[in-house]
Amino acid sequence: MPLSFAHQCEVGLRINGHEVRTVVSPRMTVLDWLREEVGLTGAKKGCNEGACGTCTVLVDGRRMNGCLTLVVQCDGLEITTVEGLAADDGTLSPVQQAFQDHDGFQCGYCTPGQLLSATACIAEGHATDEDSVREWMSGNICRCSAYPQITAAVLAAADAVEGR
Amino acid sequence: MKDFAYARADSTATAVEAAAAGQVSLLAGGTELLNWFRLGIAAPDRVVDIGGLDELRGIEQQASELRIGALATLNEIGEHPLVVERAGALASACLQAASAQVRNRATLGGNVLQRTRCAYFRAEEPVPWPCNKRAPGSGCAAFAGRHERHAIFGWTEDCVAVQPSDPAVALAALDAHVDVIGPAGPRAIPMREFHLTPREADDPVRETRLGPDELIVGYRIPITVRDGQAYIKIRERASYEYAIVSAAATVVRAGDEIASARVALGSVAQRPWRLPAAEAELVGAPLTRDALQPIVERAMSDAVPLPHNGFKVIMARNAAVRALLAAGGAR
Repeated sequence: MPLSFAHQCEVGLRINGHEVRTVVSPRMTVLDWLREEVGLTGAKKGCNEGACGTCTVLVDGRRMNGCLTLVVQCDGLEITTVEGLAADDGTLSPVQQAFQDHDGFQCGYCTPGQLLSATACIAEGHATDEDSVREWMSGNICRCSAYPQITAAVLAAADAVEGR
Repeated sequence: MKDFAYARADSTATAVEAAAAGQVSLLAGGTELLNWFRLGIAAPDRVVDIGGLDELRGIEQQASELRIGALATLNEIGEHPLVVERAGALASACLQAASAQVRNRATLGGNVLQRTRCAYFRAEEPVPWPCNKRAPGSGCAAFAGRHERHAIFGWTEDCVAVQPSDPAVALAALDAHVDVIGPAGPRAIPMREFHLTPREADDPVRETRLGPDELIVGYRIPITVRDGQAYIKIRERASYEYAIVSAAATVVRAGDEIASARVALGSVAQRPWRLPAAEAELVGAPLTRDALQPIVERAMSDAVPLPHNGFKVIMARNAAVRALLAAGGAR
């Protein structure tokens, strides 16, 4: 059967645990959609070409650039943004707490992406030592250059998560 | 980004059929394609999403071949135990490409079809300078302009671009085959012949032997021999950067000597650049820098650097020597 093409597509997915059904233009990126349509502005637009990482979100637990992902590619999937990291009562996640404890930011623009990337980095098992953290966090640029603090925060959060 | 109509392919056959109609882009991970759309490098009326086709996934061994589906992501390949063990150069190349986020989306099918990082080529529409890839016949701004990162083999005055893929270099060194399918049916293309230099294609726009109505199904890598492998990537920062040059190598040792070796250079031409003359001469050579360097140097004597990238000849030679030493277990 030939494919049927559409300029408006119905998509069903979950954002931070909440079911969402929507109709989008197929060219709509996850980043633009979250910020402009859903009202979740945690994911930031930096380069809009996959180079800076500040739009990082988790898609089914895997970190991805929101600017390089179309909403139509996420049908049936779960998106986690920085707004979904803390508990409902506001208790920070171990990664958020570690970034605060270690001053893992200055201006804060890259921080939402750093937090999600760090959350995934730890879950993947790549937060084992400083070299590994620096390699596996290299997709998140910090122009304030808070890298030593970010690296320390990721390693501390990994200890907290893994009960070391 | 121009508006387009979208459909999800429910089989490879329907995707091929839709592609044959023209004015169609096939969407896998999208990490490269979305940027083409933004820059105007591609502006299709229709996009066919092949990302949900399970038949194009998978990493497995079949007899003496390692088979990798076109939709396997760079992170999946780079961390797969079978790839790490039997095709270590490919695993290493995948993990040295891009960032963790990009590698979770980027597929091996799409990766080899990425286009050059030449800044003149990657300009937003309307392209403000000549580029024969973007506007055929307009000229090559890089040839007369900034070309430190450009080709030292296979270029013409019409185009001096290099292919930036890391995995392609490893696939070429490992003698992989690319399985493709089109309206005329399936066929296999050796990875060594998949990409074309501007000189080979005689057309700066045509960069591969893949037809416009064909798609990549997967890759087959022969794994008959137990060899050591390495992928060395030289870049301006330690991670998340394109190569200035790279080298993939395999070595089978006989004592302290090389019994057989394969070596390919990356980011020196618009295709991975195997060094067959070196491979022939390396048999019986001791695994030392002093022995390997002149052999690689002789095999690269046909390099023709541009006015600003002569350093790449030396850097590529050194990368090849390092890759051979690492693959042979010598340091």
